[in-house]
Amino acid sequence: MNIWLQLVIQTGFSYLATIAFAICINIPRRALNSCGICGTAGWLTYWLLYNLGSGRMVANVAGSLLLGVMGIIFARRKRMPAILFNIPGIVPLVPGATAYQAVHEMVFGSADQAIIYTFRVAMVAGAIAVGFMLTSLLDEVWRHFRQHQQQNLLDKNSH
Amino acid sequence: MNQPALPISTYKLDLLIDTCLLTGRIMIESGSEMYRVEDTINRIANNAGVKNSVIYTTPTGLFFGIKGQPVSELRQINQRTINLEKVQQVNTLSRRFAAGEIGLWQLHYDLEQIDRESLFFPLWLQTLAAIVVSATLMILFSGQYDWRDFLITGLIGGCGYLANYYINLWTRVKFLSEFLAALTIGVLGVVAIRLNWGSNYNNILIGAMMPLVPGVPLTNSIRDLFAGHLLTGTVRAVEAILTAAAIGTGIGLCFRFFF
Repeated sequence: MNIWLQLVIQTGFSYLATIAFAICINIPRRALNSCGICGTAGWLTYWLLYNLGSGRMVANVAGSLLLGVMGIIFARRKRMPAILFNIPGIVPLVPGATAYQAVHEMVFGSADQAIIYTFRVAMVAGAIAVGFMLTSLLDEVWRHFRQHQQQNLLDKNSH
Repeated sequence: MNQPALPISTYKLDLLIDTCLLTGRIMIESGSEMYRVEDTINRIANNAGVKNSVIYTTPTGLFFGIKGQPVSELRQINQRTINLEKVQQVNTLSRRFAAGEIGLWQLHYDLEQIDRESLFFPLWLQTLAAIVVSATLMILFSGQYDWRDFLITGLIGGCGYLANYYINLWTRVKFLSEFLAALTIGVLGVVAIRLNWGSNYNNILIGAMMPLVPGVPLTNSIRDLFAGHLLTGTVRAVEAILTAAAIGTGIGLCFRFFF
């Protein structure tokens, strides 16, 4: 399939999926569109990096990092808690398909394959969490930087 | 024994304690992060004039007390869902209280109202959303652009969501609704394959499961663990893993008997 058509499908479907999941967990109406944008950004980052051969973990960390940053920006702008944007946004990233494969292997009796898939689920969930941790780290650094800047400005004005 | 005098009367203190506990209960029940719960409660207490409040939160109950005072109360938390509209509303109320737009009485009254009303989108819209989630995520996750199964995945996903919803109303047994919904999805998937309405059983099931899979609670529990809330993270992880196990059992039964 044409790469541009693929890109359009991935973008549109991740946006739709995020908004639809946001409706399932009852996000306020005026946050829905921003949720969709966050989800699309996270998924496209993951998809592009993964297809460029970065590996699953790096792609997940990068996806959730971007998602978290956008969540914080939307949270500031709309004066809403950031989890309103983060939680629906991670839906395309969560390892649902891998978890399914783990159950599949478990039932059909290949325990070692099942363990490999289960381990991968745990690793991906951890990678997403690391991405969010990096986001809060960036947020703190940015806040300190801003405070420092303002302090400098005040010092200059007082002299 | 001389206790330091509080800046507010005993009557108002009771109201404050109840308000703080109510805030915490609503937020934890709606799936908020723990640091936000503690932060919000501390802010409310601060703005009401009590500077030395102590709060201890777990996903199954929370304590609120004031340093140096012989008062501390607890509330139990029996249900944990995700309803982010409530988190948002409590957040707005707390901001308005901080700005002095509403008093403690009004805050308590509004919180009770939020607690009573279960604000949700209408069921048909939720089901439609579940259909969209299933169909689109099937395409994204399978990576095969499997258009033949697109519609049927959506329909089965919607049926699974409805099954989960109605069984939840009908029984109080935890994890039973997820188990039966997964079983429904598995059986419907088999029926669809046998009637030749779908082609790839695995893709149909992966998509149709997505509205039920506890991927979000699992990721959140790991975030809680990284944030240092070990107890919350563990409890939420156990809940997510049990839900996943219930879904896995339902699917596993289908595999066992139909293939």
